Amino acid sequence: MSDEPSLSIDRRTVLKSGVAVGVIANLPAIADGAEVKVAQPVNVTVNLRINNQTHALTLDTRTSLLDALREQLGMTGTKKGCDHGQCGACTVLVNGRRINSCLTLAIMHDGDQITTIEGVGAPDDLHPMQAAFIEHDAFQCGYCTAGQICSAIGMLKEAADGWPSHVSANLTGGVTLTDAEVSERMSGNICRCAAYPNIVAAIQAVRGGEA
Amino acid sequence: MVNRSPLSPAINPVEENRGGLIGKPMNRVDGPLKVTGRAKYSYEYRGLKDTAYGFIVGAGIGKGRISGIDTSRAEAAPRVLAVLTYQNAPKQAPPHPRENGANRFDRSEPFLFSPDVRYYGEPVALVIAETYEAARHAAGLVEVRYVKDAQAKFDLAASQSQAYKPKGVNAGMKTDTAEGDFDGAFAAAPVKIDVTYHLPHEHNMPMEPHATQAVWDGDQLTLYSGQQIAATAHSSIAKTLQIPPERVRVVTPFIGGGFGSKVPLHAQAVLAALGAKVVRRPVKVAQTRPQMFANTNHRPECLQRMRLGATKDGVLTAIAHDVWSQTTPFDEFIEQTAAFSRVMYAAPNRAHRHWGVILDLPSSDIMRAPGEEPGSVAQECAMDELAVALDMDPIELRIKNEPKDDPETHLPFSSRSLVECYREGARRFGWSTRPKRPATLRDGRWLVGYGVASAMFPTYMRPSAAAVRVNADGTAVVKMDMTDIGTGSYTVLTQVAAESLGLAPEKVTVELGDSKLPKSSGSGGSFGAASAGSATLLACEHVRAQIAQLATKDRRSPLAGADAATIALRDGHVVAGDKSEPLSAVLSRLAPAGVEGKGEHQGAQQPAKYSSHVFGAQFAEVGVDIDSGEIRVRRMLGVFGSGRILNPKTARSQLIGGMIMGIGAGLTEESIVDPRDGSFVNHDLAEYHVPVNADVPQIDAICLEEQEPYANPLGIKGLGEVGIVGVAAALANAVYNATGIRVRKFPITLDKVLGGLPDTGST
Amino acid sequence: MMPFTYERALDASSAAKAAAQPGTKYIAGGTNLLDLMKLEIEKPAHLVDITRLPLRQIEATGDGVRIGSQVPNSDLAAHPLIRERYPVLAKALLAGASGQLRNKASTGGNLLQRTRCYYFYDAEKPCNKREPGSGCAALQGFNRIHAILGASDSCIAVHPSDMAVALTALDASIETLLPDGSKRTLPIGDLYRLPGDTPHIETTLKPGELITAVVLPAPPAGNQTYRKVRDRASYAFALVSVAAIVRVDAGRVRDARIAMGGVAHKPWRAVEAEKTLRGKPASMASFAAAAQAALRSAKGHGGNDFKIPLAQRVLTRTLADVAGIEGAA
Repeated sequence: MSDEPSLSIDRRTVLKSGVAVGVIANLPAIADGAEVKVAQPVNVTVNLRINNQTHALTLDTRTSLLDALREQLGMTGTKKGCDHGQCGACTVLVNGRRINSCLTLAIMHDGDQITTIEGVGAPDDLHPMQAAFIEHDAFQCGYCTAGQICSAIGMLKEAADGWPSHVSANLTGGVTLTDAEVSERMSGNICRCAAYPNIVAAIQAVRGGEA
Repeated sequence: MVNRSPLSPAINPVEENRGGLIGKPMNRVDGPLKVTGRAKYSYEYRGLKDTAYGFIVGAGIGKGRISGIDTSRAEAAPRVLAVLTYQNAPKQAPPHPRENGANRFDRSEPFLFSPDVRYYGEPVALVIAETYEAARHAAGLVEVRYVKDAQAKFDLAASQSQAYKPKGVNAGMKTDTAEGDFDGAFAAAPVKIDVTYHLPHEHNMPMEPHATQAVWDGDQLTLYSGQQIAATAHSSIAKTLQIPPERVRVVTPFIGGGFGSKVPLHAQAVLAALGAKVVRRPVKVAQTRPQMFANTNHRPECLQRMRLGATKDGVLTAIAHDVWSQTTPFDEFIEQTAAFSRVMYAAPNRAHRHWGVILDLPSSDIMRAPGEEPGSVAQECAMDELAVALDMDPIELRIKNEPKDDPETHLPFSSRSLVECYREGARRFGWSTRPKRPATLRDGRWLVGYGVASAMFPTYMRPSAAAVRVNADGTAVVKMDMTDIGTGSYTVLTQVAAESLGLAPEKVTVELGDSKLPKSSGSGGSFGAASAGSATLLACEHVRAQIAQLATKDRRSPLAGADAATIALRDGHVVAGDKSEPLSAVLSRLAPAGVEGKGEHQGAQQPAKYSSHVFGAQFAEVGVDIDSGEIRVRRMLGVFGSGRILNPKTARSQLIGGMIMGIGAGLTEESIVDPRDGSFVNHDLAEYHVPVNADVPQIDAICLEEQEPYANPLGIKGLGEVGIVGVAAALANAVYNATGIRVRKFPITLDKVLGGLPDTGST
Repeated sequence: MMPFTYERALDASSAAKAAAQPGTKYIAGGTNLLDLMKLEIEKPAHLVDITRLPLRQIEATGDGVRIGSQVPNSDLAAHPLIRERYPVLAKALLAGASGQLRNKASTGGNLLQRTRCYYFYDAEKPCNKREPGSGCAALQGFNRIHAILGASDSCIAVHPSDMAVALTALDASIETLLPDGSKRTLPIGDLYRLPGDTPHIETTLKPGELITAVVLPAPPAGNQTYRKVRDRASYAFALVSVAAIVRVDAGRVRDARIAMGGVAHKPWRAVEAEKTLRGKPASMASFAAAAQAALRSAKGHGGNDFKIPLAQRVLTRTLADVAGIEGAA
């Protein structure tokens, strides 16, 4: 049904639902030995545009954008912390917006502009946000850091566009990025080392043009 | 050759600090790698096509036995390479004995070795497939039948009456200590507190899930695995697989947090190694976030009865701290929770005792400040309750009971700045403005309260070795199997080495996290910087001594004939008095291949002559929403006496990080056991509430000037853990001050204060 | 996750036809569906991607607003029409999830979020919603986050959406397209079902029925607000939430629309409270009486008993706030 040239499905069998469902482990008995059809993986090809480079990939439809980056492309800067949208470590920018790459399918993103931490800056060519994170010690173990930085970049754009937040005093009066505003807007990125105050400081420094 | 045993070098460049690198707020040297995503963590090694993916299948019952297991459908699933169960897994060593040996992290840890299920979520199979997607799906196709053990026990309070006395508690501490006559003194005390606090299970939950890649090259195994202590992980996997240690290498240069939970060798590491052996190719296994609740560390639920007896003017006469905490039938871990109260306050009559309660849960284990964190809750909340009973300022009560020496060992304290921490903190925090009566300060719909509590953590040292090479071009490389779990090891070791060698930090490279390097303390127990740093200092001294010999004996050097003992390395030069020669010149001429030094610190002096701990004071201001009972932290300040600070920037981050984890312990974190099957109910990050950015208020941590002359040659005291200690108590005390409601069951969630709040219509 | 085939829909009618096939699901933002597919709680064999359908408009329709079902939550919250005229909706959206999730989650998908009940999320546990007839582990289990209103012996799960609570107070309606090409509009109150003995059937949507838009009527007169109570300051589901729109005139409540979240299997319209309030003096006593009426039929299950006084207190206070009444000092 798809007319997109970059997206072709090489196996079109629509599988019947309920096939080969794992037996719930605490049910009293194993299902009898009747022959059960095992669902076959489906591969599709997709062109992903990541950090201004196009990658043609053949992917299992089940592949999350996160796993495509990490396991297919070896771009491991984007991290898997929970795989369920509960931590933010996998945050990337898609068409300039921050999203959780664990909760989206790679095949849904052909044609999108995807920016990962590798595209934000390099050790010898740091983005101001990256430099500010170093200067303000806005990380410890470093595992949530890529997600924090991508999220911070996306967040500043949202604020610049005048988007209010949960803690905004009013919805229509424009955005003043107080520390409380930054904290609320960055709350989708968990840092168990709890560098939060330093993350806020780093973002404020970038916003203020200090970094 | 190795620079052994001197606890301090002849020349201590850290003391002299001529380069000013010690105490400098240097940026993290690994920062550029981390902020650009270039730092590689365990799951991120090796080729893309070659590595197979393992996915763990966890037991769906609490305790019992596998009565049938059918892997045929999983094996038949597309792209599946193998399914391992107890029936076909390669042979491993039997599990370690229940009781701890000398080091509970250096022991066999087999998985898939028996049809017995010890706890809910224990691995019962490992599915290995060509892709992650295939492995995950096939894991659901493994069919397991169980017979449940009807006698299984999951509930701490219900099993408290069957508690037992362990032979010892964690960190080699005594189960019970006592002095004087507690019962008599308590009975006679004019003012008494007798209360019980109930603390929940908590999980470490580092951001990087526990992950391992295993690669066999013939009979050589390399494990890329986030491990806080490479050496024990190395030894532990060798013991488990029954192979000589020299055939194993553990690589762990970057670790996405641990807080204790990456000290043990966990299931995914063993299973990756087994899986890779079976499929004859590299295998990587990461625990899912829910799996981590069953198969990594958790701090055990505990009940703590705290009794304090005091005179009417607030002098403690009796302290008893009795603790019951969860452990398991297969692994004894008894958190040293009563150890906190052993050290804090003077009282001639005292008892500090532990009991274990055996439950069929995953083994409890170390989590940031094991013992001290939960112990501080009981002691420091009880002190607040006593201050209320005495109508006394809680800070003054603590100062009044400041001991003159260690109340347990009666050794002198090597340094103790608790009183100074309280005084300085009170001044900075504005303690004098606190509401003197509870529930009297309002800010809109918020009830506002202040609380304080003491923090303490012992200063441990572990044996540590380091190798330092100085090259003829004036660069240096420091090597050891030390780890950096976010603590800043790379950075502070760079500072110590650069200062000791008289080099710019940019000239020094620190290589860590590989078991083939000299064996260090690793990271845990806040001993890393002190232990590995001391070894680095000694290795640098060894380098200096060799260079001094070379230079003073070479007639071509302006330093010829100088006393080698006085030779210093400074600003890239070899220096004696007013004579000097560039280091690179000396080395190019006399040691073109460079000079290598080795250092080894033996760990703490035995027997100890001093009692050495970090002390601190935690200040908190909370708001309690008068309508909903929602509790939010408004301000926090921690003040600590921690000896010399190597790097104030990373030190502050460590302390603040600990304090924020303490917010979780106080207000939000609780792993709930379903008493019907022993599973952790809220096993993900949506429902296990670690603090998020918006939970963190204005917060600061400061370290007072403090001399620590004895603990180690660096004069430092570790501060990775002390930041969390006392926070939950300070918050609980602040909630009391805000509302007049004393909550003794943690965490303090809104439902626990709601019933005590005034009518919403009338206030 | 089960293997599945995938197609991208380019027009709504072919999407609805495709989705009428057994085992097929729509995927939009994916933030809840993929979460559940990874755990094999959702097991579609075929996905129809509707993210590129032309359903991304927010447009004024006379006095009201039509919101395309593919409008992301963050765009909706940020839209001037919503911020200015429907602040209860903007506030509810901003109280939900995280910035990243709001950027991805769609309006239609948000409506169809599934419960966060621990036992629903754990495929090893009995759950009538996930596995009809298997039992409810929450009833005798840890049920701190569960329903106090409208629950049944089969299911005490709650609906997790904040947005839907605001839409319920706003009397929104849902426009859909059916596989046969027909369209229908249903009030949001008719979209959701109480669990009864079929908790696995959560909405009245028919197989393949595609939500194309959410339509808001003209904003009701009066003040609007949304209050969410949760265990941490952000990025947590509601224990209790209140959407309230109250019009006070000459010291009397002329109109009140109240919905609650975190208390029931669906966004809970507090009809009794609204009735109680209408025409009464705008006073704390009236608001307390209304809150009491709202919770009159509430039933706790042990762990969630506290939600009854919590909801009552928070409702009382929210009504006072939105009416501009200060409590006695």
